[in-house]
Amino acid sequence: MSAGTQHLETSTGIDNKKLLMWLFLASDCLFFGSFIAAYLLYRDRSLVGPYPEDLFDIPFTSVSAFVLLMSSVSMVLALAAIQKGNVRGMQVWLLCTALLGALFIAGQAYEFTEFNHEGLSLSTNLFGTTFFVLTGFHGAHVTVGIVILLSLFVYSLRGGIQQKNSLNIELAGLYWHFVDIVWIVIFTLIYLVQP
Amino acid sequence: MTLAEYRKQKGEPPTPQHAPEAHEEHHPGPLEYLQIGAILFIITAVEVGLYYLDMSYNALVAILIVLSLAKFSLVVLWFMHLKFDNRLFAMLFATGLLGTAILFAIVIAAQRGSLV
Repeated sequence: MSAGTQHLETSTGIDNKKLLMWLFLASDCLFFGSFIAAYLLYRDRSLVGPYPEDLFDIPFTSVSAFVLLMSSVSMVLALAAIQKGNVRGMQVWLLCTALLGALFIAGQAYEFTEFNHEGLSLSTNLFGTTFFVLTGFHGAHVTVGIVILLSLFVYSLRGGIQQKNSLNIELAGLYWHFVDIVWIVIFTLIYLVQP
Repeated sequence: MTLAEYRKQKGEPPTPQHAPEAHEEHHPGPLEYLQIGAILFIITAVEVGLYYLDMSYNALVAILIVLSLAKFSLVVLWFMHLKFDNRLFAMLFATGLLGTAILFAIVIAAQRGSLV
């Protein structure tokens, strides 16, 4: 039983930190929902190009989506390891997750650069504005996640993370998986579904 | 003063235990996580394959959304442990999703019935 769900002396009987994380994730649903809705609303209303169909490279983005999905697998394996007291295993999977996240961000940086070379910027048209704001905020979330993962990795090297406080890894995992599910939605609605 | 100390001082019993099912947490093992990962990979491959198929736009959108929801659910239920955790977390997250769904409904209405 993890620390997050064992009976605790709080008014709810569950850990307040985990409750707060779920509250944050619930609010972040609306945050990203707003940007996705804005993108879908405005993507066909650009008066000048380039347009989505001129720029999107589906094979490349599919690999990025796969990389982020696999980072979720490594994240949950890190949690499984520390819940069994395997600190070394947790460290390996944490580092693996951070590296996959960094690979995703590198791909996004490459994509943004390519789009920019094709003439799309934040102010070119409505597609550019809504696309860069949405994917840029998602990339910022992934970057924050990488910083959290690396911080936990360093903290664990100093002996700060043991089986008894695996909740720290569980909370980081919740955040990371959320970032992943947001990309699942973005990949489908923004990249694959094109009128 | 913690809640436990306060209750002890007042002579009150500790916080009542929640329903047993809320605490009998059974997190899946590494093998199950890898199986879920493989399913996620296959669904993503199917999504990309469908993108290149010559099929009607409406059918493509419907299938892609269903597949995307399947991936979303697998990650939330298994990787984020909502299937096994306290139901309060699920209710909180569902509230966020409901708010997002309402937002999308408003935008779709503004678009006169079509968003994608």
